[in-house]
Amino acid sequence: MSLRNCFSSPTEPALLLAAAVFAAGAWLMPAWLAFLLTLALAKALVVLGVVIQMRAGLVSFGQALFFCIGGYGVGLAAQYLGIGDAFALLALGTVAAILLALACGWLLTRYREIFYAMLTLALSMVLYGVLVKSSALGSTDGFNVVPPSFLGWVPEGDARKRTMYLLTVLVAAVVAIGFHRFMVSSLGRVTEAVRENEIRVDFLGISPQGVLFVNYVAAAGVSALGGGLTALASGHIDPDMAIWTTSGEFVFIAILGGTGHVAAPFIGAIVFSVIRTFAIQEAPHFWQMTLGVILLALILFLPKGLWSLVARDRKREVEA
Amino acid sequence: MTSFFAILIDGAIYASWLFLVAAGLTIIYGVMRVLNMAHGSFYAIGAYSAASLVGWYFSGEHGNPYWSFLLLIGCALVSGAIVGVIIEKGLLRFLHGRDEILMVIVTYALLLILEDATKLIWGVDPYFAYQPYRLLGQTAVGGSLRFANYDLVLIAVSILVGLAAWFVLNRTNKGRLLRAVIHDREIAIAMGVNVNAMFAATFAIGSVLGALAGALTAPAISVTPGIGVEVIVLAFAVVVVGGLGSIGGAAAGAILVGLSRSFAVHVAPEFELFVIYGVMFLVLAIRPQGLFGQTLARRI
Repeated sequence: MSLRNCFSSPTEPALLLAAAVFAAGAWLMPAWLAFLLTLALAKALVVLGVVIQMRAGLVSFGQALFFCIGGYGVGLAAQYLGIGDAFALLALGTVAAILLALACGWLLTRYREIFYAMLTLALSMVLYGVLVKSSALGSTDGFNVVPPSFLGWVPEGDARKRTMYLLTVLVAAVVAIGFHRFMVSSLGRVTEAVRENEIRVDFLGISPQGVLFVNYVAAAGVSALGGGLTALASGHIDPDMAIWTTSGEFVFIAILGGTGHVAAPFIGAIVFSVIRTFAIQEAPHFWQMTLGVILLALILFLPKGLWSLVARDRKREVEA
Repeated sequence: MTSFFAILIDGAIYASWLFLVAAGLTIIYGVMRVLNMAHGSFYAIGAYSAASLVGWYFSGEHGNPYWSFLLLIGCALVSGAIVGVIIEKGLLRFLHGRDEILMVIVTYALLLILEDATKLIWGVDPYFAYQPYRLLGQTAVGGSLRFANYDLVLIAVSILVGLAAWFVLNRTNKGRLLRAVIHDREIAIAMGVNVNAMFAATFAIGSVLGALAGALTAPAISVTPGIGVEVIVLAFAVVVVGGLGSIGGAAAGAILVGLSRSFAVHVAPEFELFVIYGVMFLVLAIRPQGLFGQTLARRI
């Protein structure tokens, strides 16, 4: 028995190695960089939700719904239920999103193409409309999230940023491995078949709607996790988490990274954060224009995203 | 009773505005199958060019103030046509017939680009062009209610736009050709219809309508960055409720959304935004093709 057999593919040790490197970085990099990466990794989790829907041929223009539910779940539970533990808060936000997804999924999975995009957009805007007008939750300003404890320990200042970062790396690693297994499982592969030809999948005796439903709920859960981590890390939540431009950003990152691999959204989110940090410093008024131009260039010249560059190199190695 | 009239008239004003915004969007989708996110930018460009030009017109002695209305419309025609033709000829032409959802993302990229382009041209400070709005004065309805005449004129304008669109589509030769393209693009090409020219013309008309909506709204609001992003989701809600690609549907959608919003504003203001998207969600859930959309058979 070699170590190889413990893992179903070379991806998993690679992911673990990457997570170890990221975790080791917590003591090496400055706190601001750790904070930046925390937000990027949290965003990557939301994008992962968009990506697995894209693999099934569905583009969600409302993934911010679950991002926001995760964030508000954490914030509200900390505020009104007095729960202080980060793990419990994250779990609560995720469970709330999964319950909502179970309720909406049966309806949404009947829709395709732009109707799916429009319906997901409508749902997230419904939540936005409610939050903006609810003065008890701070209307458009939102409210601050109480700093969490980590299994009873309450760090302060930079230590909190580092702990938050380590927690995010841990969650991201677990989720990445879990979703990798999901994507290479037969259920995960059928989602791609649904994208290619739904009716054939139907004739093979598999319910495309059932497949999409599981996919949708999984996407909701992971996106809420990303939202919860964002709320804990940034210490603030507001209704803009649910507005459609936030969803647009997630779609952008999904296209930037590509849908070919579980690592793609993480690469996309980190590259996105780096571009944004520099673009906002150098030319704040060109930021959206930069995004738009990159998006057009990706669609025209690199439709499978940054991951296709990695995958292409790997193919070359195999051929050589 | 007073509040009933208030709801009705407010609703009609809001609905006519929604129809103006949504008409161009639904025409472009009907013909080209492009759900154009950049429509919000056309609206913003129309509003900005109108606000800056009207502001200039009133800043000095430039004759009769009533000419400013022509200026508003002229602005929309010129700015909308220029932007529309550039985008169609420069980009969309190469992407005809691609996936509908891909086109949503392409036009989303255009929206992002145009948002910053308007900031580059007009800066980030608000523009005001309230003079045409003040010029027409107010009308008292039933004693205590007062409405700006400009808003009431807007109702007439949007009815005119709707009638004009109906007339062109149903009573002219070009319109009949257009309907043929809408009905079946491939057969239309086989019959010798120049579909590419049709697309370019449609996109230009659609963008002019978007710019017109912006130009006519400019006197009633302060023109600031971000109005395009706000408007586009409202327009989506309207066209989706009515049925994508149908002018009558856009009108029905505008009336339904407009009335429900004004009802919410008067009765339960905290539900103002919720109602708009709630209606959108409800219609999509019950009749995904919209109130006036046609059911399409699934192609295998």
